[in-house]
Amino acid sequence: MINPLWAAGDLCGRVEAVKAETVDAATLVIRPGRGWIAHRPGQWVPIGVDIRGRRHWRTFSLSSAPGRPDGCVTITVKAARGGFVSTYLVRRTEPGTVIRLGRPEGEFVLPEPLPPRLLFVTAGSGITPVMAMLDGLLSSVRAVTGPDVVLVHSAPERDEVIFGGRLRSLAARCAWLRLHERHTRSEGRLRPADLARLCPDWTARAVWVCGPPAMLDEIARHWTGPADRLHVERFRPVPVPMIGGSGGRVRFTGSGREADADGSTPLLVVGEGAGVLMPSGCRMGICYSCVARLRSGRVRDMRTGQVHGDEGDMIQTCVSAAAGPVEIEL
Amino acid sequence: MPGTSSPTSVDTEEFGRELDKLRDEVIASLGERDAGYIRRLIAIQRKLELSGRALLFASWVPTAWVAGTAALATAKILENMEIGHNVLHGQWDWMRDPKIHSTTWEWDTASPADQWKHSHNFVHHTWTNVLGKDRDIGYSALRISPEQHWHPIYLAQPFYNALLALFFEYGIAIYDLELERIPSGRKDPKEALAQLRAVAAKIRRQIVKDYVAFPLLAGPAFLPVLLGNMTANLARNVWAHTIIFCGHFPEGAEVFTEDRLEGETRGEWYVRQLLGSCNIDGGRLFHIMSGNLSHQIEHHLFPDLPSNRYAEIAPRVRALCERFGLPYTSGSLARQTGSVWKRVLRMALPGPRRQPSSAVPPERMLKAVA
Ligand SMILES: Cc1cc2nc3c(=O)[nH]c(=O)nc-3n(C[C@H](O)[C@H](O)[C@H](O)COP(=O)(O)OP(=O)(O)OC[C@H]3O[C@@H](n4cnc5c(N)ncnc54)[C@H](O)[C@@H]3O)c2cc1C
Ligand code: FES
Repeated sequence: MINPLWAAGDLCGRVEAVKAETVDAATLVIRPGRGWIAHRPGQWVPIGVDIRGRRHWRTFSLSSAPGRPDGCVTITVKAARGGFVSTYLVRRTEPGTVIRLGRPEGEFVLPEPLPPRLLFVTAGSGITPVMAMLDGLLSSVRAVTGPDVVLVHSAPERDEVIFGGRLRSLAARCAWLRLHERHTRSEGRLRPADLARLCPDWTARAVWVCGPPAMLDEIARHWTGPADRLHVERFRPVPVPMIGGSGGRVRFTGSGREADADGSTPLLVVGEGAGVLMPSGCRMGICYSCVARLRSGRVRDMRTGQVHGDEGDMIQTCVSAAAGPVEIEL
Repeated sequence: MPGTSSPTSVDTEEFGRELDKLRDEVIASLGERDAGYIRRLIAIQRKLELSGRALLFASWVPTAWVAGTAALATAKILENMEIGHNVLHGQWDWMRDPKIHSTTWEWDTASPADQWKHSHNFVHHTWTNVLGKDRDIGYSALRISPEQHWHPIYLAQPFYNALLALFFEYGIAIYDLELERIPSGRKDPKEALAQLRAVAAKIRRQIVKDYVAFPLLAGPAFLPVLLGNMTANLARNVWAHTIIFCGHFPEGAEVFTEDRLEGETRGEWYVRQLLGSCNIDGGRLFHIMSGNLSHQIEHHLFPDLPSNRYAEIAPRVRALCERFGLPYTSGSLARQTGSVWKRVLRMALPGPRRQPSSAVPPERMLKAVA
């Protein structure tokens, strides 16, 4: 069988430039190698980075629309506090660095044909997939007939707005785009009530939301429109509702590796730590790139806390932790 | 060899803990330098192989034939030893690069990687030099220690050892099938048959590549290319056989009986690995060409540490052995090879009478705990 990672491992990209966006965020301009499939604006891509000789995979939204004249794509990374890969990408990546690319994926995209009225609600680095969509709209929309687009974006301060300058000039130039910037340090966090004030018809629009978990959850709770018109993108898995499964010894039968796992570390991370080639994609339970066959034992779904698993089940290693001794066929 | 003091069981465990510490230290320090080493080496190997094959295409010029054959032989040796053997040991798995990983690597030799990993990484490295367990003792065909019963067939072993050297890759591939275990029922004939098919397929691919495809591509240079490829393969075989036999079979390497395994502790495991292995002295290039199996001791103590680190830790392992009064066997290639052949010749004849090391305790009383 061909390892899914193998194809991903083959697909490389070269970092052509690193542009600072704010003090702790940067855009990486990447030239994809042969085999790259054009993405749709809003999609994400797994990125593999070698740090101190070891490969690390993380997911990033593409922040550019496809079809750039230079043939490149961009990702925009915010250095998370204590974040290993994001900090490395923002602070230590030099032009010329070769990185691995997975396949672009994700359903956080604009439909065809475009709905007449759109609303984007973003915060912090959550602007990245929306930036790609706006870029895409810019090249396809004719001002007169274009849709009506509202963007409500939050960031701590004016200086900390990723793509701040670009968004402002875009809004000034394009009649179809209305931008509401919210600076949370002075104005406080955006609440659904604020949204109703800024965009009274918000529940009648097609909506795309990307930002911190609390914001996403709140908006989802207050949503009264049809479910299929609210699109949510999460950068982090939903917080674990239940803490502490038992964990146990994990054996990877294909490679003969073993490791001890606690009850709150995904098997994906356990395997990577033990040197097993673990297939992965989004790393948060949405893409199913990471599924592997369970030979024995039971696992805990880290999103629901539910313990499950029978011999032969295909489990998502990125959101499953060991609940006792486990054997995985990898 | 240092003093007559022998390690007590306490010392043995202390020795093991020191080695564990050394191992942890190396693992914690793995990084870009190591990743750069293996990637560079693979790049060099690929270029060598390409230039070797290209030169052979021009082999109506005799110097091109010699240079091409030499380059190809060197490339094959690098591929099998410093790269293939070590990648298949999982020494580079920590990088998580699917292209340099023990589960995806396939090498330029007759043995399919999967089968070799079982017979070598598991059987040989776990049961190193244990009679009746480690099939590598004489590769089940030679008598290399007095503890093996003599049989008239061994009179011919100097001859078939030379033959084995020439066709080493096929010897290993067939040896991996463990055919001798079938009559006693210790090996399922169905499994052996499936493995045999895999070996046959791999051998077919290898033969087609070196003796059909490349010679045909060379057109008029068909024959010189075929001969060049054959010479390169034979040279690689003889070299691999020489290095590998020097690792466990010279004077000084010990064999053990099965009871030695009972309740074996971590420390005792380390000591057995140490006593069953011999190093070969040489320069940096020699170590690379031997796949760092010249650091057989370090390799057997830490089979999955990247090979470029063996030379670095060797002085510390040796110092530990001195501290614990354990022998650390090392010698030049000429001396070790001579010693191996002396042993092959001597053991072709019956005798001498000797008990395996578990029964010669005073000197190495590793049995003390068991
Ligand atoms: C679909 C998708 C798209 C994404 N797009 C982007 C993007 O465009 N730009 C971007 O910067 N990131 C994006 N991410 C997040 C990214 O994949 C990493 O999770 C993030 O960069 C942190 O990785 P790290 O290695 O630096 O942190 P780690 O070393 O893995 O974690 C260190 C600390 O950071 C915290 N942390 C983990 N994830 C996040 C996060 N998302 N935000 C803040 N803190 C976190 C952890 O709780 C931990 O305390 C996306 C994630 C997903 C699933
Ligand atoms: S990696 Fe995407 S579901 Fe697990």
